[in-house]
Amino acid sequence: MTRHSISPRKLLPLISFSVLLIATFALQERAMSYLGLNLLFNLTIPIALATIGQLLIIMVNDIDLSVGAFVSLVACIVSTLLVQHPWLGWLALAGLVLAYAALGALIHRFDLPAIVVTLGMSFIWGGLALVIMPAPGGTSPEWLRALMTVKPPLAPMAVVAALLIAAAAHLLIMRSGIGTVLRGLGGNSRSVARAGWRLSGLYALTYGLAGVFGVLAGLTLVGLYTSSGASVASSYTLLSIAGVILGGGEFIGGRVSPIGAVLGALTLSLAGSLLAFMHISPDWQIGAQGAVLILVLAARLLFTRREALL
Amino acid sequence: MQSLISRPWLWAWLAAIAVFALSIALSGAAQAGGLLYAALSFGAFAAIVGIGQMLVITLGPGNIDLSIPAVMTLAGTLALKAMDGAPGTALLGLGVALLVGLGAGAANFALIRLLRLPPIIATLAASLLYQSLAIWSNRGLRIKPPAALADFATGRTLGVPNVALIGVLLALVVWWLLERGLWGRWLLATGQNPRAARLAGVPVERVRASAYLSVALLAGLAGYLLASFSGGAALNMGQQYLLLSIAVVVIGGTSIAGGFSNVPGVWGAALFMFLVVSMLNAYGFDAGARMMLTGVIIIAIVVAANARRRRT
Repeated sequence: MTRHSISPRKLLPLISFSVLLIATFALQERAMSYLGLNLLFNLTIPIALATIGQLLIIMVNDIDLSVGAFVSLVACIVSTLLVQHPWLGWLALAGLVLAYAALGALIHRFDLPAIVVTLGMSFIWGGLALVIMPAPGGTSPEWLRALMTVKPPLAPMAVVAALLIAAAAHLLIMRSGIGTVLRGLGGNSRSVARAGWRLSGLYALTYGLAGVFGVLAGLTLVGLYTSSGASVASSYTLLSIAGVILGGGEFIGGRVSPIGAVLGALTLSLAGSLLAFMHISPDWQIGAQGAVLILVLAARLLFTRREALL
Repeated sequence: MQSLISRPWLWAWLAAIAVFALSIALSGAAQAGGLLYAALSFGAFAAIVGIGQMLVITLGPGNIDLSIPAVMTLAGTLALKAMDGAPGTALLGLGVALLVGLGAGAANFALIRLLRLPPIIATLAASLLYQSLAIWSNRGLRIKPPAALADFATGRTLGVPNVALIGVLLALVVWWLLERGLWGRWLLATGQNPRAARLAGVPVERVRASAYLSVALLAGLAGYLLASFSGGAALNMGQQYLLLSIAVVVIGGTSIAGGFSNVPGVWGAALFMFLVVSMLNAYGFDAGARMMLTGVIIIAIVVAANARRRRT
């Protein structure tokens, strides 16, 4: 096996995405346009960013049950504080990223179960969001709205953004030196420590980066929706975990794929809109996401078995 | 005395009693009965699904059921639909709810076993399907439970809420199975070291299957009771029980790493969670502050439990 050969297993996120996209185009050819593509995918941008945040946590063998509540809290801050007092707003967002980093250090310093700590954090983030915003509302900062409705030449904003997110995450996690070290945490943290790294610092960095992606998710969400509420992104927790796994990531061992994860997030949202084009009741929208998840993972099992046989 | 202090469930009960005392200090002793009654009623639902979640978590790292809320909603919805408010159909509804639970548990485990999915993903993907099924069958309809069933679910026997009696009975059965039954020994052995358990002749896969079936059955039952208790099935009726079911297991002193169950702790934690919220309510905290303090308490308990584990 040569170094550059790509196994079918790694191509699976791309294949499943392409199948759903072609099916969508076949059913509704007007989706195959500048406007159509933007409508299909623009609400996926915040989900893709949250998915990268989740991917960073899963990469170090943890899981983050607070993503949805965190992104909702960011959205609440962006649509109120950031509009009224920009400096205070940015300070609050920076504080949230630092809190995430501190959480990562804390979890690993005391060897706490991340699933329970992030569960507790989801109550804290959710409570803070309710304090800031007891009822849905708020507005988007002008510049953010302008940024999210920009019309780049050639490809619509949603597609450009998805490409940018995938490329940036790929460079950061798969290509950069520090990304390789962080992936090593999930593979074998002890050997990373032996190589002279301070583990709590690395975990803090991983969680901090996840916090940055969570903040970006909240920012883009407000730019698209132009308003927010305390539970606006509550579905993101489960969607982000599903996206990471759909993209070829695994819970143990630091095996993740940022490009796959972005494709996974896009695939999940396509699964929902495909039903509308098939004139199937929107009742099944969530179910379709579950079905796609099961089908793709079943296909992955087939590929893995064949690889094992070869 | 030493053995009493080292019981991990003690702390959840002490915390529940302390919070109860604090609430009574504010509202006066006259409110004590009412508060206790409400805690037993609402705590019962958290305890029933918490016991199920505990069985699965006992199986070891990575085992968890994220489909509890969806199964509750689906079971409650389909049971009410089957009964259609007609008198004398309570047992039919119970049967439907338990069948839903059984089916969901079997489907969950099939995904875990046949597709080799991590339980988090298997139960998450399946829960999306159950949720859609519930939305589809619940569409715009609001069926009331049969009057007799609603009276039973909200009623009391000897001053104790009926739902709490059911919850306690279930807890006793599971506790007995775990402490005295062969199945319980198998479950704990599987959670402590699945490889060693398999070599010792424990039918590990059958034990895992039974745990995933049990949690879904309990979720189905809880959905049926909750729908009858609250006068109808709502699509978001299970929502809060995802985080709550995990929280009561952890606060109750069950090891998140698996292999050690703690049934009395689940009930103590379920009462504690309700009492904390009602106490903060009584002290005038709003919804946001109540949630934040709940989160702080969960994290504090995990840190404390961890410190205790490290000392020993």
